[in-house]
Amino acid sequence: MQYTLKLNDRQHTVDVDPDTPLLWVIRDNLGLTGTKFGCGIAQCGACTVHVGGQPVRSCSYPVSAVGTQSVRTIENLQDHPVQQAWIEQDVPQCGYCQSGMIMAAVALLEANPNPAPDDIDRQISNICRCGTYNRVRSAILAAARRA
Amino acid sequence: MSDMTENTALTRRRFLAGSAAGALIIGFNLPAPGRFGAALAAGGGDTPLVNGWLIIAPDNSITVRVASSEMGQGVYTSMPMLIAEELEVGMDQIAAEMSPVGPQFTNLAFNMQATGGSTSIRWSFEPLRRVGAQAREVLRAAAARTWNVPLAQTRAERGQIHHTGSGRIATYGELAPLAATLTPPAEVSLKPRSEWKLLGTPAKRLDSAMKATGTAGFGIDVQLDGMLVATVAACPTFGGKLKSVDEGPAMAVKGVRKVLRLPDAVVVVADGYWPARKGLAALQPQWEPGDNASNSTARISERLQAGLNGGDGARAMAKGDAAALAGAAKTVSATYEAPLLAHATMEPMNATAHVRSDGVDVWLPTQSPGLIPGIVAKLTGVAPEQVTVHTTFLGGGFGRRFEMDFMIQAVLASQAAGAPVKLIWSREEDTRHDFYRPPSAARLEGGVDGAGKPLALKARICCPSIFERVFPQFINNGVDSTAVEGIADTAYDFDNLHVDYVMQDVGVPVGFWRAVGNSQNAFFMDGFVDELAHAAGRDPMDFRRDLFTGDRRNAALLEKLARESGWGKAPAGRAQGVSIHHSFGSLVGQVMEISLQGDAVTVHKVTCVVDCGTFINPDTIRAQVESSIVYGLTAAWFGEIEIEGGAARQGNYDTYRMLRLAQMPAVDTHIMVNDEAPGGMGEPALPPAAPALANAIFAASGKRYRSLPLSRHGLRPA
Ligand code: FES
Ligand code: FES
Repeated sequence: MQYTLKLNDRQHTVDVDPDTPLLWVIRDNLGLTGTKFGCGIAQCGACTVHVGGQPVRSCSYPVSAVGTQSVRTIENLQDHPVQQAWIEQDVPQCGYCQSGMIMAAVALLEANPNPAPDDIDRQISNICRCGTYNRVRSAILAAARRA
Repeated sequence: MSDMTENTALTRRRFLAGSAAGALIIGFNLPAPGRFGAALAAGGGDTPLVNGWLIIAPDNSITVRVASSEMGQGVYTSMPMLIAEELEVGMDQIAAEMSPVGPQFTNLAFNMQATGGSTSIRWSFEPLRRVGAQAREVLRAAAARTWNVPLAQTRAERGQIHHTGSGRIATYGELAPLAATLTPPAEVSLKPRSEWKLLGTPAKRLDSAMKATGTAGFGIDVQLDGMLVATVAACPTFGGKLKSVDEGPAMAVKGVRKVLRLPDAVVVVADGYWPARKGLAALQPQWEPGDNASNSTARISERLQAGLNGGDGARAMAKGDAAALAGAAKTVSATYEAPLLAHATMEPMNATAHVRSDGVDVWLPTQSPGLIPGIVAKLTGVAPEQVTVHTTFLGGGFGRRFEMDFMIQAVLASQAAGAPVKLIWSREEDTRHDFYRPPSAARLEGGVDGAGKPLALKARICCPSIFERVFPQFINNGVDSTAVEGIADTAYDFDNLHVDYVMQDVGVPVGFWRAVGNSQNAFFMDGFVDELAHAAGRDPMDFRRDLFTGDRRNAALLEKLARESGWGKAPAGRAQGVSIHHSFGSLVGQVMEISLQGDAVTVHKVTCVVDCGTFINPDTIRAQVESSIVYGLTAAWFGEIEIEGGAARQGNYDTYRMLRLAQMPAVDTHIMVNDEAPGGMGEPALPPAAPALANAIFAASGKRYRSLPLSRHGLRPA
């Protein structure tokens, strides 16, 4: 099947099976590798991207469900306040979960520019095996102050 | 500068050749700075110095090779700091890149190029400062020669050599070509600690920006022209074989190119991961399950208990007189048990290989690049010198990426496909085909004297051996040190300490898991020490004071921990638990402050005190403390791989659960300041986490949990 996706403000046409997860279209067909594969079952959030402005776990989001909604990946962030806070606080360790964490954090702040720590606890359910959680929390709060 | 420089140059040329054969495309940064890559592509002018440890470009950009694999622990920053300190450059003036395989990059703690055991700083602390000093000295000598002035009149500062008489200045970039022709002095004097500008002060990570923008290149991100993507299913039963498989259903999936039969696995090669995975799912491989088909968690536990109850043990430690127990005023005996654990690195196992008749390139997240050329040479028939290893960033390692299994599969897949192949494991494959933390059981007996002071400890430990598979030569009189570490060499000063080890195979492959034997032995040891304190009717912290009388550093850490944690002064409704454990050259103490609401446990805060001797980047230490605590708490709460029908039951994060942000306690870290030799920091803060938590739960509830995970006992994190 041919799908035309609006991704990071550009149109891309790919020819894949309808059940192909958006994650693999982004990584294998479009060659954008910032979005990661961690579990494939919507558990870890490493694959988080925005579809129609909402954070989704792209490993479990078939390309056929995207339709005309715009897709945004980590590659589309330009020196975003969340990224600045991340770098300033040296949040990443191995770094593998971090694209997904950042995309989840950006979505959180877009919906709630002044989150309380509890909001972060409730809404950031991404797994970080390296345990960067405390810095993630404090970088989100710092980004909220900055924006 | 010698053969090694030539080797390095050769490696770099071959990297380029390899790249030409399969050019890296779109969005991928090997752990190297863009400008260095660009300089190379432009034909260079960049000069390697001191056996290729650093490379200086004409524009004065300085790239430092990192011999250890960056898997989160921060070596990509801390190892360059060691060189930069003596080279007299700021961290803002350097970039890092992963080193190729070469003899000069050997981890001197292991005598092979590998990362593990929290050794990176310990082995490189002096050698890397010497590298920096040697480079500085040849740059000074080059300036002295250029200006025809005495060496003594030259001075290095922030990437430049100054002539003290005339005020003339030359950049390292200008001097490097001449410096490279000079022989570095064998003897260099290293700066005294009082003159350090970088070491011991917080430095920004050199990889944060890449990791915050999604441009850091992990193994899974490798893309090559003409590359295919593969995925794999191994026989679910450990030790089983592939009997047969009809490849038809997979070949019918659009995008599938090939089905490859390995002795114990089936591999599907396709145009991308999704078609490969669909192809694999369509197959119905017939397995020959082998000897372990009826293995189960219950059976493993029985075997461990049998080892505790009978048979000969090997003596791992005999200090003082075990018979001293007979004279104890009070004795305690208890049996502890710890389960199999998977590593669950966030990046699933993967490797990319390009096998050609003239050589092999492999790109992968690995902890052991040095092992690869020899293994690939045997697999493919090329010479080891024709194998080029490109170490990428690692999306977690924790000991799992010491192993070669996934790398071998990728090489075989590339060979069979006649194309570059990136082989990616599913999360389920990753969880079900790990080399697991060995399950272990321990019987401990101990006694206190009439004054309630610790008198003697006896331990008998039964678990499978890691070394038996990977380094049998390290087994000493029947003792695998990784099985008994943390007990046989405990920092607690028991006058009488006897430890026996019973090696017991359990039909499941075992390997190095973060903190290795210390990960379970600290749980046994510090739980049991708590039991002794309780039997003696004493405060657990005070009881431990009597076990640290012989060592000033240990005693100082305990006092600091008692003070910073507010030991004994927890607010009403809260309880505290303590654990202090020495591993990998560092002593770490933790106090967990908790409260119980029914079966839910809130960890309000963790106070952690670290004595890792001389430290390099204190910010990394804090990060590693938090990281290790999460890893330890995750295992304490949830960690268990169960075996059923000879195979692992858990497959993904829904059943092999991870601690999440909402459950992350506040962590308050304190670092002892002294000038002792550096200790490791990637692992030592892990072992105390589980016992400190279990001891706090005992303090709160009077219930002593002697096996993990705590979720098995009906408890959960609030
Ligand atoms: S890979 Fe999508 S949630 Fe884990
Ligand atoms: S930084 Fe390694 S998994 Fe989050």
